[in-house]
Amino acid sequence: MNRLDRLFQQKQKDILNIYFTAGYPNLEDTEPIILQLEKSGADLIEIGMPYSDPLADGPTIQESGQVALKNGMTLDILFRQISDVRKKSDIPLVLMGYFNQVMQYGEARFFDKCAEVGIDGLILPDLPMDVYEQDYQRMISDPDNNRDLRISFLITPQTSEERIRKTDELSTGFVYMVSRAAITGAKSDIEQQQIDYFNRVNDMKLQSPRLIGFGISSHDTFSTACQYANGAIIGSAFIKALAKGEIKDTVDEFVNMILGNVPTN
Amino acid sequence: MTYAINTKGYYGEFGGAFIPEMLYPNVEYLRNNYLDIINEEGFQKEFRSLLKDYVGRPSPLYFAKRLSAQYKTNIFLKREDLNHTGAHKINNTIGQILLAQRIGKKRIIAETGAGQHGVATATVCALMGIECIVYMGEIDIKRQAPNVARMRMLGAKVVPAKSGSKTLKDATNEAIRDWINHPEETHYIIGSVVGPHPYPDMVAIFQSVISEEMQWQLKEQIGSPNPDMIIACVGGGSNAAGAYFHYLDNTDVRLVAVEAAGLGVDTGESAATSVLGTKGIIHGSRTLLMQTPDGQIVEPYSISAGLDYPGIGPMHAHLIDSGRAEAVSITDKEALDAAFHLTRIEGIIPALETAHAFAALDKIKFSEKDNIVINLSGRGDKDLETYIKYLDQQ
Repeated sequence: MNRLDRLFQQKQKDILNIYFTAGYPNLEDTEPIILQLEKSGADLIEIGMPYSDPLADGPTIQESGQVALKNGMTLDILFRQISDVRKKSDIPLVLMGYFNQVMQYGEARFFDKCAEVGIDGLILPDLPMDVYEQDYQRMISDPDNNRDLRISFLITPQTSEERIRKTDELSTGFVYMVSRAAITGAKSDIEQQQIDYFNRVNDMKLQSPRLIGFGISSHDTFSTACQYANGAIIGSAFIKALAKGEIKDTVDEFVNMILGNVPTN
Repeated sequence: MTYAINTKGYYGEFGGAFIPEMLYPNVEYLRNNYLDIINEEGFQKEFRSLLKDYVGRPSPLYFAKRLSAQYKTNIFLKREDLNHTGAHKINNTIGQILLAQRIGKKRIIAETGAGQHGVATATVCALMGIECIVYMGEIDIKRQAPNVARMRMLGAKVVPAKSGSKTLKDATNEAIRDWINHPEETHYIIGSVVGPHPYPDMVAIFQSVISEEMQWQLKEQIGSPNPDMIIACVGGGSNAAGAYFHYLDNTDVRLVAVEAAGLGVDTGESAATSVLGTKGIIHGSRTLLMQTPDGQIVEPYSISAGLDYPGIGPMHAHLIDSGRAEAVSITDKEALDAAFHLTRIEGIIPALETAHAFAALDKIKFSEKDNIVINLSGRGDKDLETYIKYLDQQ
């Protein structure tokens, strides 16, 4: 069973999705970060494929990508790392990246490799829904080729109701609710305007689980976001924390801070 | 076969709009409305009037007698360098500022490489009294200081792009991020035929005044609207798109696209996308770009800030990929020599970008009877420091 499906069956509230850039701070940190995130209580992990020109990302994720690329991260290395970590972990893993990376790897080859190493879902923010429907929808979930991947599309406060419905229909993982008109890592309090948007989407009774991302960075913002959706996604704040010290303790402290727990380590 | 854009926003397999959802409402609104706005009678009247009385159009088509004699052919220069602000860029910014006003936007952002598009944008914003923010690579700010000063005098805020190669690619990234952060009030005036659909077509339409004038000017001067060949430099490709536009489907007219080879196409310090590029996505468009096998975009190099871009517009990708246009690569040194040559033989100091187009005359075959138009896209005032340094080294 796809691990994302399993997660959303088992848990409908307070889902914690943590994003990190593969290859940051060091090339081989992918495995220790994933294992500690799972141990500390993350429900879902989004692995960023570092990219030279990440249009939707703010300075924190941009810089982590530059460091990762300088460290020598490539898709082949990342797939090898994920394949290794899969022997030790059963947490749902989602790959996030820009569509050019997928194109250059070869779309079919990329989807095959994801399925082979144990990736559960994809987020490709610059892949348009109409192109996806026409060229890739049948490819990513194709039992004949042992592919059972999920995909998540983004909505923003400016997305029309009709388009939100379309996003809900095409997203097989979750609907990624961008909390505000901003790139990643923007300011970190949740305002009334955003709550209105969360309520508006809530009232639409979408079929897909919804996770809120962009600007979630603390226990307070995480808890608030979880009141209006199935969970939330944290990226830039986690990347910033990773810069501070030794992986195990840093990750544990961060996850506990977000969940409002006393640290376990 | 047609080389124009199709209804889905593609030139052949190139183009489209590969953008994050945050940009979708603005881009979709433009896509649904740009043609209606541009074709509206009042818009056209105001656009044409500003081009005539403010920009100084039509720009002359000048028969370059001495240059023609030297190359034993007939060379005409389309004098975009004589436009207000010194380049073709203002054709597009006039069009886009009128469009921005009609869709109610109160804040303008732009990217710039050589600074010509930044100056042209700052100029139209001053003309209309609209706030203007220009993103420019930190390296380009240093090598194009006169244009930075002009933008500041015009009241624009020049924001240095400090990521990546700190040149045009990164300035474009920063402008796109600004647009994501300020979607409601902002219009992004892209300066070239790049970016998500409908930008490449919109910019090409505004620049197509160049080939529209060439048609009647050639008719007057040689009795036919058609030249045998059009030569233009290509970074993103807006001046070339404007010079080719009315001739795209007229295959009797040879189209020559001149790219910057930098230190040489094999040196790793180059911006010759048609030689070094492969199919991929840059700035929201499927086109040819310079990238690693893993899809990371490569930092380009050219002495000319306006050609220092790792992609080309999707129209040009299609023209070159299909064989409709011929691509020529010109090194820094060949461009510098061509700039001095044109200056000494015709008394015209071209922009460093434009100088690449003139250097192509040594690389392509033509006959004595041919009528060749070179799009003289900009003047060289901004490049004097580079030129004088080169002169002193000789």
